[in-house]
Amino acid sequence: MEQSKTVQVWVGVFVAIGIASLFMLAMKVSNISALAETEGYELKLKFENIGGLKVRSPVTMAGVVVGRVAGIGFDRESYEAVVTVRVEQKYDNIPDDTSASIYTAGLLGEQYIGLEPGGSETYLKPGDTFKLTQSAVVLEKLIGQFLVNKADE
Amino acid sequence: MIGMLQNLGAGALGIFERLGRGNLFLLNVLMGIPGLLLRFGLVVAQLYATGVLSLLIIGVAGLFVGMVLGLQGYNTLVTYGASESLGIFVALTLVRELGPVVSALLFAGRAGSALTAEIGLMKATEQLSAMEMMAVDPLHRVIAPRFLAGMIATPLLAALFSAVGVMGGYFVGVGLLGVDEGTFWSQMQDSVDLYDDVMNGVIKSVVFGFVVTWIAVFEGYDAVPTSEGVSRATTRTVVHGSLAVLGLDFVLTALMFGDN
Repeated sequence: MEQSKTVQVWVGVFVAIGIASLFMLAMKVSNISALAETEGYELKLKFENIGGLKVRSPVTMAGVVVGRVAGIGFDRESYEAVVTVRVEQKYDNIPDDTSASIYTAGLLGEQYIGLEPGGSETYLKPGDTFKLTQSAVVLEKLIGQFLVNKADE
Repeated sequence: MIGMLQNLGAGALGIFERLGRGNLFLLNVLMGIPGLLLRFGLVVAQLYATGVLSLLIIGVAGLFVGMVLGLQGYNTLVTYGASESLGIFVALTLVRELGPVVSALLFAGRAGSALTAEIGLMKATEQLSAMEMMAVDPLHRVIAPRFLAGMIATPLLAALFSAVGVMGGYFVGVGLLGVDEGTFWSQMQDSVDLYDDVMNGVIKSVVFGFVVTWIAVFEGYDAVPTSEGVSRATTRTVVHGSLAVLGLDFVLTALMFGDN
């Protein structure tokens, strides 16, 4: 086939771009993406109830995102949720009496973990578990409690 | 009274005759496709004309559609304090609907009209008849490569449109409006399913590519071989192609997403 090389190259570029877009849609936009491992160290938290917390939810301290949820598991012995968070390497001075709570961004927004630093001089090391945690607020429980309190009056 | 009925009948017969010719034409073209695999260079040349030359308009349109989606979606969602869901909104809209539909509409305007005009002019200047004289079937030599190239190009263009659109939504949502980056992607990945959303979008764009290219090459092949006839055929390609895409999109959406 007497065909100019430029045409063939451009068609090659076109097909490559199309396939790359499909690949990006599959990997980045839809749910099979392999989690991008960021630099950092892992800490563990145990919660009675994690509500709507998801993998890759933010972990904040004083409102600043310091890390992300890396994994969510379940402890067979204590029937608690075990949340693994990956904290960025530069925030390596989290006191070991820091308390962690699950908050909601906005009324119906996504849930995230908020850290409140304690006063301890010793810092959490990679793999450590937080001692103080507070579970997510489940709206139905609150309403149920409110109704029971009203009925008691 | 009789005259009106006669007009109605003649019109209906005309439509059915054209539909029948279109289907026979399609059958002949499809039979020519296996032979093309031996001469794939013909298809490559057409991929350049339909696909590569449409890259720019598809890319720019996708970017701006994504940016507008990001802006409008944010303005609406922020009222309910749900601006974190912007990623879902942008990605689902693009992957399910706007990617396949808008790229097919642009394809009909950019490449379909060119196909019709080219084939129509070939017919008007009797190049197609000349080929037949040389015992070369123009359906196999001219039409089939264009048809196959159009069907290959549309899904790729639609994927590019969606991908660029998501990036546009990301620039506006995360870059300008301050939606959290991780939430943007994580909520998107939680809600967009590879098979239900991405694959169905690809299937849609394959169907649209098939229909738009079919209409374009048939209108060109069936055009009245005068300058006026070619111009009418080109207009019909764009109008009928776009209407077919919009109508089929509703049917396909009802079939794919109707039960949930």
